[in-house]
Amino acid sequence: MTLDERLQNVSVVGAAGKMGSGIAVLIAAQMAELKEKNPDVLYRLNLIDISKKGLIGLGSYMKKQLIKHAEKSINAIRELYANRDDLVENTEMIDNFVFESMQVCNLTNNLDAARDSDLVFEAIIEDIPTKLKVLGRLKEICKDDVIYYTNTSSVPIGLLDEKLGLNGRIVGYHFYNPPVIQKLVEVITNDKTDEEAKALGMELGKRLRKKLVPANDISGFIGNGHFARDGLHGLNEVERLTGEGFSIPEAVYIVNKVSQTLLIRPMGIFQLIDYVGVDVFWAIFEVMREHIPDPTLKNDLLNKMMEVGVKGGQNPDGTQVDGFLQYKKSRPVGVYDISSGSNIPIEGEWKEKLDKYIGPLPEGCQPWRSMLVDPNKGQKLERYFANLRRSDTAGAKLAVGYLERSREIGQMLVDTGVADSPQDVNDVLLNGFFHIYGPINNY
Amino acid sequence: MAKFRKPVYVTAGYNTIALGPGRKEWRPKDTRPGIEHYVKEAGMGALNQVNDPANIDEGVLGNFMMSRYCRQGNRPGFIPMIHPALEKKPATGTEGACGSGGLALTVAIKSILADVAETVLCVGVEVQNSVKSVYGADILAGAGHYAGQRKTGHAHFFPGKFSDRAGFYFKKYNKPEATREAMALWYANAIENARLNPKAQEYYNDLEDPFAVGMTPPNPKAFCENINYYDCSKVTDAGTALIFASEEGLARLGVDKKDAAEVISYGQAESDITRTPDDLSVLWTTKAAVERALKDANLTINDIGVFEFHDCFSIGGIIALESVGLAEPGRGPDFVKAGRIKRSGDHPINTTGGLIGYGHPVGASGVRQAVDILHQLTGKAGDCQIQIDPNRPYGLSISMGGDDITVICTIYKKTGI
Ligand SMILES: NC(=O)c1ccc[n+]([C@@H]2O[C@H](COP(=O)([O-])OP(=O)(O)OC[C@H]3O[C@@H](n4cnc5c(N)ncnc54)[C@H](O)[C@@H]3O)[C@@H](O)[C@H]2O)c1
Repeated sequence: MTLDERLQNVSVVGAAGKMGSGIAVLIAAQMAELKEKNPDVLYRLNLIDISKKGLIGLGSYMKKQLIKHAEKSINAIRELYANRDDLVENTEMIDNFVFESMQVCNLTNNLDAARDSDLVFEAIIEDIPTKLKVLGRLKEICKDDVIYYTNTSSVPIGLLDEKLGLNGRIVGYHFYNPPVIQKLVEVITNDKTDEEAKALGMELGKRLRKKLVPANDISGFIGNGHFARDGLHGLNEVERLTGEGFSIPEAVYIVNKVSQTLLIRPMGIFQLIDYVGVDVFWAIFEVMREHIPDPTLKNDLLNKMMEVGVKGGQNPDGTQVDGFLQYKKSRPVGVYDISSGSNIPIEGEWKEKLDKYIGPLPEGCQPWRSMLVDPNKGQKLERYFANLRRSDTAGAKLAVGYLERSREIGQMLVDTGVADSPQDVNDVLLNGFFHIYGPINNY
Repeated sequence: MAKFRKPVYVTAGYNTIALGPGRKEWRPKDTRPGIEHYVKEAGMGALNQVNDPANIDEGVLGNFMMSRYCRQGNRPGFIPMIHPALEKKPATGTEGACGSGGLALTVAIKSILADVAETVLCVGVEVQNSVKSVYGADILAGAGHYAGQRKTGHAHFFPGKFSDRAGFYFKKYNKPEATREAMALWYANAIENARLNPKAQEYYNDLEDPFAVGMTPPNPKAFCENINYYDCSKVTDAGTALIFASEEGLARLGVDKKDAAEVISYGQAESDITRTPDDLSVLWTTKAAVERALKDANLTINDIGVFEFHDCFSIGGIIALESVGLAEPGRGPDFVKAGRIKRSGDHPINTTGGLIGYGHPVGASGVRQAVDILHQLTGKAGDCQIQIDPNRPYGLSISMGGDDITVICTIYKKTGI
């Protein structure tokens, strides 16, 4: 079966979730395109979720995202509709495209709607028993040659395959959040993976104009394999600083600032953990520890945050929920103090004292955003990191430690066979985490 | 038509800021001022420079597409909104796409020459940011022929048209690299001048090397084949106004002649909107309008001391240099590369930023050009002021609607010479 044929009937399970809804948008848009080229074919995209409330919101989310997608792809859409005399203006074409994309969707609670699908995307919660239950049911009702693409962040694909007897017809298709915007997809396979499933996954990724990076089937894969350990390093540094007499919120502020400003990253490590969700971050360790014999993959403070239920993540409108940090309009304005259960505002003497500890920024330190678009960023980064290493401020030392740990993690991912090459590790960090330099570097 | 039967003057010019991406005040998510705000600010900005608004005889408003951008028709009704003294006086609206502002100037001039008014308040306005640019492209495409061109046109209709012109030009003269460099220099000139103009959309532009950025290779997939974003004027909200007056009108308004410039001729030319010329390397309508204006003023293009070109696209500016006779055919890029259009050059063009630097509030641009020439000829151009050569005390502006369809060229003279 060709990809075009398989795209005639597709299901997304967990479609109302953060990842599922994005995948739904991408596939619906593909179908709208195919429909124009094959007007006699019936296209069907089953959007399956157990949450009724989620499904109610899904329609309007998709409409909004499909409009944005169509606006951005206007040149391609004008080409698609070149022979449609009834569609002249951009407005008409975009409206039509969105309408056709929505038309193919079947929003339902009923998992059995996936019965006739030739491709199934699984994006339900990261919980092995639930994944096994849902995929198990799908195996019962779906055709034998259906292909499963699972969005799991940490569950080994081989485990799902083996337990359910899927004959290698399951591929890890790890989109990044949000899938409509993020270019990166990690494609996770092992030596049992079906060749057709692999090849079609690559073909689909190209069509979706994604950057595909192959990863091997070891829990956490490349992206979370790095992120989890990088975050853990941040947490351990907090612990170390509290040993030096800083309070936890003070240490969180210091490490967050150093990992953003001095490492020239888009966000500090604690802001990133909050963005992903403290609970999601925690769950990654839970799953990883089951599959990787590394007892250091855990952290006390993280567990405590889960206990008190401060979880980060996003509100339904996309704004940031408080976690390690407190946010106003998605900008950090405070730090959570676990001992009192309240937030300490990032301001005044409190902030000044900590900034003073971090010390003056080394010469050439430039905000991430301006460095990103700087045509000479290669040279500038090289110069900056040389200055950073020469500087003996407490902040610079923390930053250098961070840089080295990040490189170590990247190298370990290559050495243990998670990634095929240093370039693949760097590609994931560059495309999935918007770093402007890869962890495996000469800085 | 030859010399005007009586002198006509312009005075009391005022431009609002050009609001849009690039301005500090630009906050895409907030609600923004509408046409009312810009018409009022600009109109009052002009009226505040004369003794009494009651001395204005009539008004004219140039605007292209408020009907679609703001779902608003009946343009003339905004003139009395500016000041109660204008209530129940005659008012007219003009529409000729991006040449709407130029048309507004001609209406004012004609009223004065016809002796039906001694003073005319001339306003231009466009509010475009009410609509995302991908839909704005549909609206602006109305400046071309809808039935004949929209369906086959580029998503961003006019950038596509001028990309075609650039492609044609590259091929005809076989110098794509030199032309691209000249386009980037055109952009750099616009930015350098706009940085001196606090009202300009690019006033805060702090690019280290605008020329280098202007050299960005075009991306046909995301945009156009032969031009990049920097070759284009941006989407702008702005208003602009000035007052036209006869000799008697100036006296009535209490305006000293040194605060006015004389309008000595205008050339207006129109082309069939349903047709596209075979040779895209010349702006034929622009050529006709400029030749007419020069002939009526009994001047040559080399007598002009300061220019306002309609550079909605940098390539349009370069082709215009040749069409109006400043450069030989095929030598426009050399003219730019020699620095002759710069404020320090012998033919300073768009000294306040032009459409790329100040911004392009489409139907208002023709009026904005008149204001800026007035300011140059009366020494009121602030940091943008250039030295006007006493042997060439003339300013010339070109207002062009659509792809060289509706064109108005106006020539002004410094007073007291
Ligand atoms: N959020 C991220 O940043 C991210 C990034 C990459 C991968 N992932 C992975 O993607 C998957 C989904 O994550 P998410 O963040 O979208 O989670 P989410 O909680 O936003 O969405 C999960 C959805 O699955 C639905 N669901 C739960 N059980 C179900 C069942 N039995 N049948 C049908 N639907 C069910 C829920 O109602 C919910 O709508 C997880 O495997 C996660 O590890 C997440």
